[in-house]
Amino acid sequence: MREVCVVGVGMSKWGEVWRRSLRQLFVDAAMEAIKDSGVDHLDSLYVGCMSSGMFVQQEHVGALCADYLGMAGLPATRVESACASGGIAVRQAFLEVASGVSEIVLAAGVEKMTDCSGDDATSALAGAADQEYEVFHGATFPGLYAMMAHAHMDKYGTTSEMLAAVSVKNHHNGAMNPAAQYPFEVSIDRVLGSVMVADPLHILDCSPITDGAAAVIITSEEIARKLGKPYVKIIGSGLATDTIAIAQRDDMTRIKSASIALDQALKMADRKLSDVQFAEMHDCFTIAEIIIMESIGLYEPGKAGPAVLAGETALDGKFPINTSGGLKSKGHPVGATGVAQVIEVYKQLTGRAENGRLIPGSPKIGMTQNMGGTGASSAVHIMEVA
Amino acid sequence: MAGIVGYGAHLPRHRIKVEEIAKVWGADAPSYKKGLMLREKSVPPPDMDTITLSVEAARRALIRAQTVDPKDIGAIYIGSESHPYAVKPSGTTVAEAIGATPDIHCADFEFACKAGSEAMFVALSHVDADHMKYALGIAADTSQGAPSDALEFSAAAGAGAFIMGKKNMIAECLFTHSYMTDMPDFWRREHEFYPQHGGRFTGEEAYFATTKGASVALLKKSGMKPKDFKYAVFHQPNGKFPQRVAKELGFTQKQIDPGWLAPRLGNTYSGASPIGLTATLDVSQPGDLLFMCSYGSGAGSDAFVWKVTDRINEVRDLTVRTHKLLDENLIYVDYGTYAKFRRKIKKND
Repeated sequence: MREVCVVGVGMSKWGEVWRRSLRQLFVDAAMEAIKDSGVDHLDSLYVGCMSSGMFVQQEHVGALCADYLGMAGLPATRVESACASGGIAVRQAFLEVASGVSEIVLAAGVEKMTDCSGDDATSALAGAADQEYEVFHGATFPGLYAMMAHAHMDKYGTTSEMLAAVSVKNHHNGAMNPAAQYPFEVSIDRVLGSVMVADPLHILDCSPITDGAAAVIITSEEIARKLGKPYVKIIGSGLATDTIAIAQRDDMTRIKSASIALDQALKMADRKLSDVQFAEMHDCFTIAEIIIMESIGLYEPGKAGPAVLAGETALDGKFPINTSGGLKSKGHPVGATGVAQVIEVYKQLTGRAENGRLIPGSPKIGMTQNMGGTGASSAVHIMEVA
Repeated sequence: MAGIVGYGAHLPRHRIKVEEIAKVWGADAPSYKKGLMLREKSVPPPDMDTITLSVEAARRALIRAQTVDPKDIGAIYIGSESHPYAVKPSGTTVAEAIGATPDIHCADFEFACKAGSEAMFVALSHVDADHMKYALGIAADTSQGAPSDALEFSAAAGAGAFIMGKKNMIAECLFTHSYMTDMPDFWRREHEFYPQHGGRFTGEEAYFATTKGASVALLKKSGMKPKDFKYAVFHQPNGKFPQRVAKELGFTQKQIDPGWLAPRLGNTYSGASPIGLTATLDVSQPGDLLFMCSYGSGAGSDAFVWKVTDRINEVRDLTVRTHKLLDENLIYVDYGTYAKFRRKIKKND
């Protein structure tokens, strides 16, 4: 395979963006990425989008995005894997460029989540779980992750304070990110004192509902070099699945898809996990970040919570996680999240992270882990400075 | 211009506390108390509805109007989201009760929470155009909020009534401005019992944008600045919104205090800013300028500049002040009683 790079990035406004529609959010992000990269055309585009049909009754999103980008005629594909849609859009663009089929591909993600009621949004998101064996019986995502949290607490003694520490850290980072939906600090007391959503998860343990889009330009290193803009290499890509229902898993305190996808990506990159210096992880709920840290082998089971509490994953810690603010603070427009994770790693590796958010010591290799549902799918990318 | 020659309010005695509602639904009372600045709300007992509230408020307005003969009232308009009948006006019963029939024009108004200020606006316009000597505009509601919905913590009951005329005014209207766009922030379809709403969208894009749109336009039209006014009254779906919009427009807490009733009264929908105006008139002095801006989802605002006359000192205590209705002789009910009063319990016929 030839070298594949990220050369330009763009994000729409994230948050409750009532004055921009699904297509406008996409175009805002895509145009910014195109301008940022300096490319003069696209060969194709991929757009991650989980549930536009339920959120805004719009399907056929690939064609819609190409059309409103002013590029009707362009090959355009929507990618759906619940909240991992964006990460897999990046992977598809990566594979298309790596294979030599295309030279310049836009990988984007978009979700418009606030045009429907909170109940309808919860129902749409529940589509990422097992409808017959989980949702039909009343489970929602906060409920499912709450069960995983309880199991983790019972097995390893993980505490609510450890969960809250994830939120505190990510909000601290997000407060420095101009793109974040909730750029403010929170304290452990504030997290523990916030409204209980599904015991033991408080509202400040949960990522929000967000409108937003993100886009990156994926191209060959040859073209990236010619463009003369900062770029980073994608040196590994992995994608794996697990049972869709957590009841079918051997151990609900682990997310196997994340470890399998990481192993694939490391193998492709010919690197070890110890070579990776920081990560963007899918902290849809605080417990998710802790479980992923352990599932990918960064920490022994039961050790991730104390590590977060000890600051080991802070911006200046030994392995910074979610320097963007993560899903918790930056927001979680589900289809766009995986692409935005790639943007954060790109910004860290090119020195473009804003407002004092740069990781000390100029790290050379970072990774993203983007996840669908309770981990029934995971996409992992490993990126390296050019 | 024409103005107010008589005003009055009426509120139920019954109250329910935020904690009592939160307890039933497992909701977080502190977040409502701190986040929306709501402590308790009024509850209409079974025999009270928009019509009876309107009659009480109109009678008090007639008392303060002193010499106005009800037969000289040429129009009665009632703005409400809770007219007891879908077909049959509330105004006919109220007009009959105060002795204003049969030579009178009557209509019920509906524009979410600004129906009341519309009634005031049209009544004022008729008198200003010399179509009639007096006209009565009433704002009244027994508001609906679905069980467990955020609205249930605020939906309350109350009425304000204003007799408009040109002679012996208590407060002359100097300027008005109305502002409206098509805005799907809050609605209740035909035959539906409870309204639906767009959550935070109803605040940022609807209430704040519209209230500011009308207020800024009226300040420009009048050539006045917030500091020129003694008091200001805004629509108050909760305690926080009017406080925030006032601050953003340049008004102070002191200016809104007399008419800032929502923390203890709740959201009286159509009645909210008009009842706030009655409480503000109660403490005003001759020469005071008052700013008022209503808000109704859908969405629009009516804004008024009132100038208080010498007559206020003569009439304010001819009948009960609004704050006395708010503060005294209260009966606190539990959720069961509230559910019975609001007909939330299904019974066999």
